[in-house]
Amino acid sequence: MSEGGPDSVSPEERKMWTTWVRERAVATLPPEKLLPDRQPSYVSSWIYVFGVATIAALVVIIASGMILGLKGPEWWHVTGIGRFFNSIHLWSVELFFFAMVVHLWGKFFMAAWRGGRGRTWVTGAVTFLVAIGAAFTGYLSQQNFDSQWIASEGKDGLNSVGIGSFFNVVDFGQMYTFHVILLPVVVVALMVGHILLVRRTGVVPPYPARTSKPAPSPSPAAAPTQGQGGAP
Amino acid sequence: MSSPGAPPATPDDRAPWPGPFVRYDLVKEFVVALAVIAGLTVVLTILFSSPDDTPTTIQSWSQADPGDFLTTAVTELNGTSEIATYGPPYNNTSGSAQKIGPIPLQEAAGVKVPINTAQSYVIEPLKEIPADPQLKTALAAYEAAPPKLQEAWTTAYEEAVADVKVVGGEPVLPPGDYGPVAPMMASLLGLAQSGGLDGALVAGNHHFYETNYTKPLLFLSAGGYFEERAEGQHLLGTQWGMMNETGSYPGQVWLWLYTFWYQVEPFKESPNADALIFVLMGILSLAFICIPFIPGLRTLPRHLGVHRLIWRDHYRDVES
Repeated sequence: MSEGGPDSVSPEERKMWTTWVRERAVATLPPEKLLPDRQPSYVSSWIYVFGVATIAALVVIIASGMILGLKGPEWWHVTGIGRFFNSIHLWSVELFFFAMVVHLWGKFFMAAWRGGRGRTWVTGAVTFLVAIGAAFTGYLSQQNFDSQWIASEGKDGLNSVGIGSFFNVVDFGQMYTFHVILLPVVVVALMVGHILLVRRTGVVPPYPARTSKPAPSPSPAAAPTQGQGGAP
Repeated sequence: MSSPGAPPATPDDRAPWPGPFVRYDLVKEFVVALAVIAGLTVVLTILFSSPDDTPTTIQSWSQADPGDFLTTAVTELNGTSEIATYGPPYNNTSGSAQKIGPIPLQEAAGVKVPINTAQSYVIEPLKEIPADPQLKTALAAYEAAPPKLQEAWTTAYEEAVADVKVVGGEPVLPPGDYGPVAPMMASLLGLAQSGGLDGALVAGNHHFYETNYTKPLLFLSAGGYFEERAEGQHLLGTQWGMMNETGSYPGQVWLWLYTFWYQVEPFKESPNADALIFVLMGILSLAFICIPFIPGLRTLPRHLGVHRLIWRDHYRDVES
């Protein structure tokens, strides 16, 4: 067993899968890049807040969803406290989509995929689409008139292309399972991947200015001391 | 500013930022955002709560509008209802499946949720009613009759049911030759008004536990009462449908583009509207994901100029 840190890793240890994974992870995202304490000077706009607001809303969604899940799908219909947490769940979803849409528009106007950041855009866009599915199954799981109607309408779109044969929106059990576990896991996994990509590639710099000063040559003083990460 | 140096006017998209850095407390930003979002949801909850309109049941439907219930039930019996003629995944009705041009995706997926409406919605629930010799005789007569005679009885009943009156809990129709269909429908109405049909359709496969409401929900959706209730809550497809919520709540506003296509031609009147819109949205979603790789679209933001508003401090610094 190595006692002296990564530099003293023996050839045998280097062959270990665990060592390989750790070294790859640290090389790809060293701690100062994973959680930086400085950002490039252009990261100074309210638009950057909407990415972190989306994550915050997702935390509230998951927390309120877990409380609703603890008591089961009937609870919120028959108790005031259940209704309260259902309302928290509903409004956090509305705020989640509001923040996410503003974030996406902001990233579009910045062309945030520049400089090898295409995967960051792709994971964000797929997260948005999967989140729509997660919300849709949530509306189907409400067990009220709204969910009845959405199911009766939604089935036609899905049946028309054959998806309804496998994803039956009028089957409450199937929709509830999709809503409380399958789709949330995908949304969280995508969001984690998205954030790690942002950390790895940093925040996209501005387009070139119209009139330019000569670009300064990089100096040690100007280089980040804690790596170049980015606000998601 | 935590480091000296002026921001470059023409930064390299790929290279590390050569300009100045500023302190940025990501953890603090997240904690503040979480507190603000949590606070906002609590405020919105206190102000607006959440909607919870009670579901429509077959019992409430049959009590509120027995004529509509009987009309729907008899079309389920004679196989002319919306569900009986739907096609896949419920049955194999010829020519009813939607297509995308020549491609019949709906048909290709097959019948995976088979429903025989006459059996599921009328005959099987009626067979569960115990100790009713008159009903047993009527059911036996109906099942023994040739299909043409069954059709004659159900058609006569369907035409007359618009004038039905419920007297003492019994449906009374103008005189006509309805055969055993009249007593069968009277028993079905009684079963529905007692709440027994709701349970029978969910527990039809005799499992104790059940979470699949396909049969009762499809039955409800074939009736006019369910749709009238939705219209009153501005939920119809022509009223931008699914993106709305009951009452005055925002609902799934992010579905606006999907719902939009149903409001315009050529989709509005197309018999294949659902399939065409689904595929169109699939293509648009794929394009949305692939923006970074689509020539013209990936460089569009530069020409729009909104980035100059977002990075106005940066441009002010380098252009002054």
